[in-house]
Amino acid sequence: MIVASSPSLPEPVGTRFEPSSRTQARLVQLARALHRAARNPSTLAGSLIVLALVFAAILAPLLATHDPMAQDLAARLTPPGAAHWLGTDQLGRDLYSRLLYGAQPTLMIVVLVVALSAPFGVAIGLLAGYFGGWVEAVLMRVTDIVMAFPRLILALALVAVLQPGLVNAVIAIAITAWPPYARLARAETLSLRHSEFVEAARGLGMPSGQIITGQILPLCLSSAAIRATLDMAGIILTAAGLGFLGLGAQPPMAEWGAMIAAGRDHIFDAWWVAAVPGLAIVLVSLGFNLLGDGLRDVLDPKHHD
Amino acid sequence: MRGLVLGGVMAARGFAALLITLVGLLLVTFVVGRVMPIDPVVAAVGDKASAETYAKAREALGLDQPVWIQFGRYIGGVARGDLGQSSLSNRPVSEDIARVFPATVELSTLGILVGIILGVPLGVFAAHRRNRWPDQIIRSVSLLGYSTPVFWLGLIGLLIFYAQLGWSGGPGRIDTAYRYSVEEWSGLMLVDTLYSGDWDAFRSALSHIALPALLLGYFSLAYIARMTRGFMIEELSKEYVTTARLKGASEADVLWRHALPNVLVPVITVIALAYAQLLEGTVLTETVFAWPGLGLYITNSLFSADMPAVLGGTLVVGVCFVLLNKISEILYPILDPRTRSR
Repeated sequence: MIVASSPSLPEPVGTRFEPSSRTQARLVQLARALHRAARNPSTLAGSLIVLALVFAAILAPLLATHDPMAQDLAARLTPPGAAHWLGTDQLGRDLYSRLLYGAQPTLMIVVLVVALSAPFGVAIGLLAGYFGGWVEAVLMRVTDIVMAFPRLILALALVAVLQPGLVNAVIAIAITAWPPYARLARAETLSLRHSEFVEAARGLGMPSGQIITGQILPLCLSSAAIRATLDMAGIILTAAGLGFLGLGAQPPMAEWGAMIAAGRDHIFDAWWVAAVPGLAIVLVSLGFNLLGDGLRDVLDPKHHD
Repeated sequence: MRGLVLGGVMAARGFAALLITLVGLLLVTFVVGRVMPIDPVVAAVGDKASAETYAKAREALGLDQPVWIQFGRYIGGVARGDLGQSSLSNRPVSEDIARVFPATVELSTLGILVGIILGVPLGVFAAHRRNRWPDQIIRSVSLLGYSTPVFWLGLIGLLIFYAQLGWSGGPGRIDTAYRYSVEEWSGLMLVDTLYSGDWDAFRSALSHIALPALLLGYFSLAYIARMTRGFMIEELSKEYVTTARLKGASEADVLWRHALPNVLVPVITVIALAYAQLLEGTVLTETVFAWPGLGLYITNSLFSADMPAVLGGTLVVGVCFVLLNKISEILYPILDPRTRSR
């Protein structure tokens, strides 16, 4: 209802604003979206958290105070303090430094899973929606079957079969993560399949492949992007769960889920070992959730409230 | 008459779709089982067996047959309740699962009850107070539930309520003192202790299940409250709600007697989904709380490379998942006359 009206940016009401070129129209659109995003506190908070994660991952070598792998058995299970800001773990490794380095596998898993699952899911959805008939029946049935499988458990079984490790965790999560994208893209395609501009393109003799990639795909992207952002929180939690069970990144690599598992044995006498990486997971997935909610408000006009 | 035939066709179609999904599930577990690096023959006879024994065992396990025949046998076996032999316990997987499943059902059912009893009213209340502070709080609580790893919150819960405050009974289903005194009747510890009339044992069981159940309840509450809020907001914007208010219906009446019944169908679907997710969530929760259910069974089997057990457990959870979704679909027309086939 309340599309944030700002005095500085032209609003798409009536004929007040006529873009003179495609690029200009896009730029104005982008500027409006950014403007709306900046006014939305949850988007802002979410973006800041996600940015912090990216910075932590990239700048870990600079920001870390210790070598994340360096053991110091004399200083094992030191509580948070001046020497070790967030304390040390059961091998005397600095938790603050490990936390920073732990941002790397987290970010890598999220990016890889989305990069693998979203394009695949969108492609399936586009094909099903555009061609209909038995193509749709088969593709959507497969989608439903994969969707029917509990995600973490399927990932668990897959990793168990493929051997534990970071890459296999990514593969397993990606295999379970694509169906929602397929459903989304199919729904969007169905509503566009018989729209006038698609009929026009078809009438002009445009091949199906071009119609799908050039005409329909761009319109599916924003909903897929929202979905991906909201999904990232879930991916982080699944990856952390696999790490906790010892099926994700392997020691001595600093991975938040595995760090919690290590802290589990000392939870009653050295709570910080498990608490610190857990808080990091909560913060980061909260960030992705806030960002996703905010993006939905900004990009999806149906959700303005 | 025509309606009846149509209804029959719809039911048959729904049933066929269900069957296809179930066969799909089986195909997935079958394929996963086939590509595993652990040789099932070696798992059965050991790696010191002679080539002759190996070949015999391979034949006995049906591994010399074409893949599609093996898949057919696999489906046939599962249909008869044969999930293979656990290499860890040396018993049929189905027996093992039947033994551990009640513990999971008890935990997740209690969890979903907490989620429904708190989640639905909170969602309704948040919609009622939309964008004001009660709504903001409920939304934040629910967002936090979406963002927190269940196993971590379990550990922190144990730290605070078991180690520090001593309110929770801690890991396991019951204190060791009662473990062998309670007669197994239903497999549900709360029911069994009540049935045997042992109040101390019941209290012990309750103190053990409370924390993990509240924890799982929180996660389903987050989902249920959030979705209920969304449905209610949409419903409250409809004209009949305005009419009811104009006619002087109290706000409580508008919320609970006019609007809520109309969103029950989607809410039930959400509850079914939340319940299915709880079953999955128990894998990690049970690990943290040493709760001897299906989740712990799957993870324990995983670490001893007992693939028939892992796949059997996965299959059971998958089937529960599918069936819960199906049940919510079946409940649609019963709860909401508008969706009955016209």
